[in-house]
Amino acid sequence: MIAHIQPFINYLYIFASVLFIIGLKMLSRADTARRGNFISSVGMLIAIIATCLLAGMEYHWILVGILIGSAIGAVAAHGVKMTSMPEMVGLLNGFGGLASMLVAWAEYHKWVSLGWTDYAVTLLPDNPAAANPMFAAIAIAFTAVVGALTFSGSMIAFLKLAEWMPGKPILFRGQQVVNALVLLAILAAAVVFCMAPEAPAAYWAFAALMVVGLILGVTSVIPIGGADMPVVISLLNSYSGIAAAAAGFIILNNVLIVAGSLVGASGIILTQIMCKAMNRSLANVLFSGFGAANTTKSEGYKGEAKPISSEDTYMLLEAARSVVIVPGYGMAVAQAQHAVRELGELLVANGCDVRYAIHPVAGRMPGHMNVLLAEANVPYEQLVEPQDVNPVMETVDVAMVIGANDVVNPAAREDQGSPIYGMPIINVDHAKTVIILKRSMASGFAGIDNPLFFKDNARMLFGDAKATVSALVGEFKSA
Amino acid sequence: MMGLLFFVFVLAIFLGFELISKVPSQLHTPLMSGSNAISGITIVGALVAVGHPHGGNLVTVLGVIAVAAAMINVVGGYLVTHRMLGMFKTKSANRK
Repeated sequence: MIAHIQPFINYLYIFASVLFIIGLKMLSRADTARRGNFISSVGMLIAIIATCLLAGMEYHWILVGILIGSAIGAVAAHGVKMTSMPEMVGLLNGFGGLASMLVAWAEYHKWVSLGWTDYAVTLLPDNPAAANPMFAAIAIAFTAVVGALTFSGSMIAFLKLAEWMPGKPILFRGQQVVNALVLLAILAAAVVFCMAPEAPAAYWAFAALMVVGLILGVTSVIPIGGADMPVVISLLNSYSGIAAAAAGFIILNNVLIVAGSLVGASGIILTQIMCKAMNRSLANVLFSGFGAANTTKSEGYKGEAKPISSEDTYMLLEAARSVVIVPGYGMAVAQAQHAVRELGELLVANGCDVRYAIHPVAGRMPGHMNVLLAEANVPYEQLVEPQDVNPVMETVDVAMVIGANDVVNPAAREDQGSPIYGMPIINVDHAKTVIILKRSMASGFAGIDNPLFFKDNARMLFGDAKATVSALVGEFKSA
Repeated sequence: MMGLLFFVFVLAIFLGFELISKVPSQLHTPLMSGSNAISGITIVGALVAVGHPHGGNLVTVLGVIAVAAAMINVVGGYLVTHRMLGMFKTKSANRK
């Protein structure tokens, strides 16, 4: 390695790390988010250029990889619909995990082919004696497992979100035993690997680490239901950062460690926000197989749901002075966000106060509803959080629930036996009238009955959300 | 050397917690996809693996796939975030 270029590259890495920090900080504030994302992407560009300036680099294969990856990434990012954003985020996250796993494998293969003495020179050209084989082995093992788990977990999340796989929790007898065995296998393989990384058996142990890591990703995501996806997506996001940081410990590179840790921390924060919004612990989300477990405890709520026609709904809305719209995953499925925005505009033109109450876990990823309503150009100031609208719900004339279910389920307040008991909800049942747009009487994604449908002030407006809302828009226009 | 790396690691984790303790829910998705793009930093490791292919063909193959996968993560993540934030921006411009 050429001696004079090394410090310069290091400064570039420091600069890139600073840009990541500033970018992430700005990304968490509404007025600076766009610039923050740009600054962080400049940081990435600088980190890539700095790495290419390392002495002795050969560029032709690098170019191939960069061109293929950039082309796929750009096409995917431009083509994806806003309603498909959850699976897109899951997919991208998986590729990050895959890359980290492959880095671990490639570095380990280098090590085995060169022998430790020569491999240490590639790690620390100035002072190879400072590199530690035990440390390197642990870093390689950890990166391989976390990378593999991120990759396969994200792929399962992607398949579930894209509905190529059933979104319901998949539970089987002895699941906990299987998980325990998988963890034991990882520990055993890691010990064999780290004790003698250059022994022939170690390569098998390393392969086992990757395979078992992939299995762990599958077994930990399949028991998680669709309604819990926001938690899983943010947790996997955190894992991909941790995998990148671990890869930094392999090649002894600070910029990987800093950037990876930042992502790891931000993913954990989002995960906590999501868990809090459901009043559940992370362990409960990960291990309970929510929704599939609790079908025996109650025989369902008795009562009669009262249907309403779109003509009568129009009458109610036309007379309403204050309307709260509660969107949920059903709105995304029906692609109804544009029709909903149009209805909202007509209501405002009619002199009505319109607000959209957005529950943090509505949809399949954190902020899902905000993205959809933003796409449809709903004014930001009309979006409110549950704690802002709940205290004034009694004064609301009509609460319209569009494709949401569990986040408006009063069982969370009233029924101690309900699996969602204690979850903060939007109290639409306190409004003067609740209109629930629904395809049918089926229970929500979590498979829990909703007593809201049987309340005296509740009316069911059956049909596809988009068609129903468009019909209401038509009524307003023809009036 | 190793001790220093851990030092950096622990500080960076705490920095991350401090940086983004409060996030408006409007930004949950962009923050997630934007930080997801940053996790593509593993591209640096992938570049080192391909650029110094001491281990023969297998290292090159693994490295090229790693570079491509990381690049999908980076380019896709930043562009998708940019698109989403663009939708937010037009609205806040209307507001003023």
